[in-house]
Amino acid sequence: MADNNREIYLSAKGLTKVFGSGSQKTVAVDHVDIELYKGEIVSIVGESGSGKTTLAKMLLGLISVTEGEIYFQGVKRDIRTQKKKQEYWKNIQAIFQDPFSSYNIFSKIDAVLLDCINMRGGRRLPRAKKIEMMAEACSFVNLKWEELTNKYPFELSGGQMQRLMIARIFLLKPKILLADEPTSMIDACSRATILEMLMNLRDETGMTVIFITHDIGLAYYVSDSVFIMEHGKFVESGTADSVILYPSQPYTRRLISDVPKIHEVWDLSTV
Amino acid sequence: MKNTLQQVFRSGKFLVGFVIFMAVLLMVIFYPLIMTAKPLAIISQGTFFPPGIYVSVYDSIGSTQYTLLLPDAAAKRIDSTLTDQARNDMKTWLVADGIPAAQINTTNSSALMGLWEKNYDPKKSFSGMTFAKLSYYQRLDASLKGILSTTGITIAAPDPTSGALTQTGTVAQTDYVNISQVPSVKVLPLGTDNFGRDVLTELVKAAGVSLEIGVVAGLIATSIGLVLGLLAGYIGGLTDDLIMFITNLFTVIPTFVLLILISFSIGQDKRGAVTIAIVIGFTSWVWTARAVRAQVFSLRNRDHVNLSKLSGHSIPRIILTDILPYIASYVVMAFILQISSAILAEASLSILGLGPRTTETPTLGLMMNWAMIYMAELLGKWWAYLPVLITIALITFSMNLMNTGLDQVFNPALRD
Amino acid sequence: MAKVMLEVNELTTKYITRFGEDVYAVDHVSLKVEEGKSLGIAGESGCGKSTLALSLMGYYFAPLHYTSGEIIIDGHNITGMDPDAVRKSILGTEIAYIPQSAMNALNPTQKVISIVEDVIHAHQPDATKKEILELAKERFGILGLPAEVLQKYPVELSGGMKQRTVIAVSVILLPLVLIADEPSSALDVTSQKMVIKMLRDLMERGYIKAMIFITHELPLLYNVTNDIMVMYAGQIVEKGTAKETVFDPLHPYAKGLMGSIIVPERGLRGVKLAAIPGVPPNLKNPPPGCRFAPRCKYAQPECVQRMIYTMKVDGGREYRCIMTEEQIRKAYKNG
Repeated sequence: MADNNREIYLSAKGLTKVFGSGSQKTVAVDHVDIELYKGEIVSIVGESGSGKTTLAKMLLGLISVTEGEIYFQGVKRDIRTQKKKQEYWKNIQAIFQDPFSSYNIFSKIDAVLLDCINMRGGRRLPRAKKIEMMAEACSFVNLKWEELTNKYPFELSGGQMQRLMIARIFLLKPKILLADEPTSMIDACSRATILEMLMNLRDETGMTVIFITHDIGLAYYVSDSVFIMEHGKFVESGTADSVILYPSQPYTRRLISDVPKIHEVWDLSTV
Repeated sequence: MKNTLQQVFRSGKFLVGFVIFMAVLLMVIFYPLIMTAKPLAIISQGTFFPPGIYVSVYDSIGSTQYTLLLPDAAAKRIDSTLTDQARNDMKTWLVADGIPAAQINTTNSSALMGLWEKNYDPKKSFSGMTFAKLSYYQRLDASLKGILSTTGITIAAPDPTSGALTQTGTVAQTDYVNISQVPSVKVLPLGTDNFGRDVLTELVKAAGVSLEIGVVAGLIATSIGLVLGLLAGYIGGLTDDLIMFITNLFTVIPTFVLLILISFSIGQDKRGAVTIAIVIGFTSWVWTARAVRAQVFSLRNRDHVNLSKLSGHSIPRIILTDILPYIASYVVMAFILQISSAILAEASLSILGLGPRTTETPTLGLMMNWAMIYMAELLGKWWAYLPVLITIALITFSMNLMNTGLDQVFNPALRD
Repeated sequence: MAKVMLEVNELTTKYITRFGEDVYAVDHVSLKVEEGKSLGIAGESGCGKSTLALSLMGYYFAPLHYTSGEIIIDGHNITGMDPDAVRKSILGTEIAYIPQSAMNALNPTQKVISIVEDVIHAHQPDATKKEILELAKERFGILGLPAEVLQKYPVELSGGMKQRTVIAVSVILLPLVLIADEPSSALDVTSQKMVIKMLRDLMERGYIKAMIFITHELPLLYNVTNDIMVMYAGQIVEKGTAKETVFDPLHPYAKGLMGSIIVPERGLRGVKLAAIPGVPPNLKNPPPGCRFAPRCKYAQPECVQRMIYTMKVDGGREYRCIMTEEQIRKAYKNG
């Protein structure tokens, strides 16, 4: 991508989140700086407890920021009122780790897709048009709308539910998608399908995708840039090749060596 | 929804509780339709009549008399006077009188009576015999007079003008009447209470009133608890602090003392059943509010709630569609528990004399209250308090069973 | 010819659902594991690999029922044994089983050494506490666990430590065969590496004579087991050495699986991952022919009509497909 093409979509400076107070303070995210370009796929890699999910929720605007500022398309983000929040969420959406808990078990899944159409201003559209849009979204993720309509979430499999979440993003077409461990609860065999769909979505809509993951192999496969996070800080960042093939930090090196390899020898003696 | 209902009715505990509760409820609804007597009508002169079938003696004399020759009728008559205690006492007297014990057979009534009539002297006193004992034997002797005879009794009525007695009829020992032909018969399965009211009719009405109080109080308490819990749990922040402050106030002040104070200050006149229910409802919502708040806390950060937010839903909508259905089963269970605890609270208040006005309607607690004041348990009049206790126990037990059954359905981890 | 530690012949087991339907979760599975060797079983969730593990132990509690086939451990036929008899005589001594999230099975109110004592006393009631402590210290030490772990309560240990403790305790009686079902999937990568190392050590030191490792993560199998078996919809679709199966898969499903492996290695970024469309069949009514046919790129009309048996290739490889080896390689070459 040429440099003059790179518009900064989302950036943050000194982002910090502190939980608790006094002697019970936990610093989950510690003065993190990040810059994300349009159409880029980025991974934030860390083990559990590294603060990556807290960072994700702050970027999404779901939890408050203790310190630091977030800029969206160059403008400082202001989500103090419910209305401003709703405006912001037209531009940034999420997919979460556990497909089962992402759905309201009391509503039919049609409601999920209809909500997306409404959010995009399609509330007044005729029913036939809405169905057409929903069917298109479903077929993008290899699901048949006729088979899914009027079903409850518990009638679907985990893989189907996660794909439906992707269909939801297809309908919403946000500028930024934050995917928090989208494949960690999916079988290795079905992971490729989910990843392929997300990449296709990026190719079609040009949205920026932020992957939050503990799987460094996944990060290497999908991302343009990688950020390694430990104890609330970014310890290393750069392009995927530079971070993973030529890691400079010991923590990064350890993360890479802890993952099984098949083309290279996996050295178990460094345990 | 249908699936849940099916599961609920398959739960053993729920079914048992439900059956017991429905039995009580149906009794409360249908009994008054069949027995139309007023529950608080005083029907007896005198207190604590024991349970049984009461037959008008006057009417039975006038009814058609049938002769029945039953072999054991005479023996039953004798045995009801000649109790085992009496027989042993007679033997003791006779032995003290000098008759060898071997000759005295307490099981043979006629032989024993024969010995007794031959030897008993009311003035005879043995060494060591107290005056009370002497009187006792005199009374015993009097009651045994004519016990073995088979002659009947004569009925005589006073002549309206002269006052002299003229024989109107006789009653032989073999005369029986058919109860269904006696015009005035009253069945009192639970006897009468201290005022002389039919305990069973009163009990049914009281159960109904207590249930009513329980449901009203339960509704009020659950509604308040639900709303406060939802707001405190979901909105958090200052709202949560404020609501928790109010809740803590109500926790620190013992609810029951509060109830007593409010009840007392309302005054005797204004205390009706519904008023008491409202008072109980407004003081017992604390537990529900806390429990709902805790549940909402754990739901607030779930993925589906976050996705709902990201879809631009408003806060009231999220509370109604994403939080409320998830705690609905919990709230139903809380409601059931509130009903049973409200019934107990009313009973406790009434026992203290702070319940609804005594003149209008009976409640289970009031009946307990009366039984206690009039010392029914000391006098051995079990029908005045035991059925009430059992009814309270059945109602609360059945509700708790239903609650446990529901708990097992909604929380798979508890299933056995 | 090496001794066969575990032999399974045409094992079939079924689940009986609440409505009385039969679901054949394990359908005529045969395998052999020789002394000193380990076998990996791979497949997506629902393919029957966990059920196979339970069946191998004779762990038939409703709704799981044994239907047919044989299980022979070190020449000892344990087919059809009563689950209680299995527990008393086989579990721990001949076969050890580590279920998924086994670390949660540690009694939180017992110290680790106490758990070890329980296990040993169940089979050797005369062992003294001192003897047990010595043995435990030695074994734990060799396996890389510090001796302090013995005096701790499970809640004081990290997830990785707990899992390794469970594995160490399971093999304390030196069983012949170890069956591990997803032993490391709930752990972070560092703990995972430690668990894998421990399993490798157990084999190398001869503490266990054979191992079956079940997981859906193929890179793990490649680094741990000698052979790999791929299961799909209750049947074995491919079997061979680890190297053969990962780098030269024959069955189209195995090829799809191997093509979706993600590792942080040079050259991976440009490769397009193989995504297998569709979902596995419902085992309540399995299709008569090849179970993978609806999702298979190379399916022919004949595939759905008749039952497909495994084809054997020289060198001990097997695969369940109607095409010959040549036909398969040609088809893959053409894309």
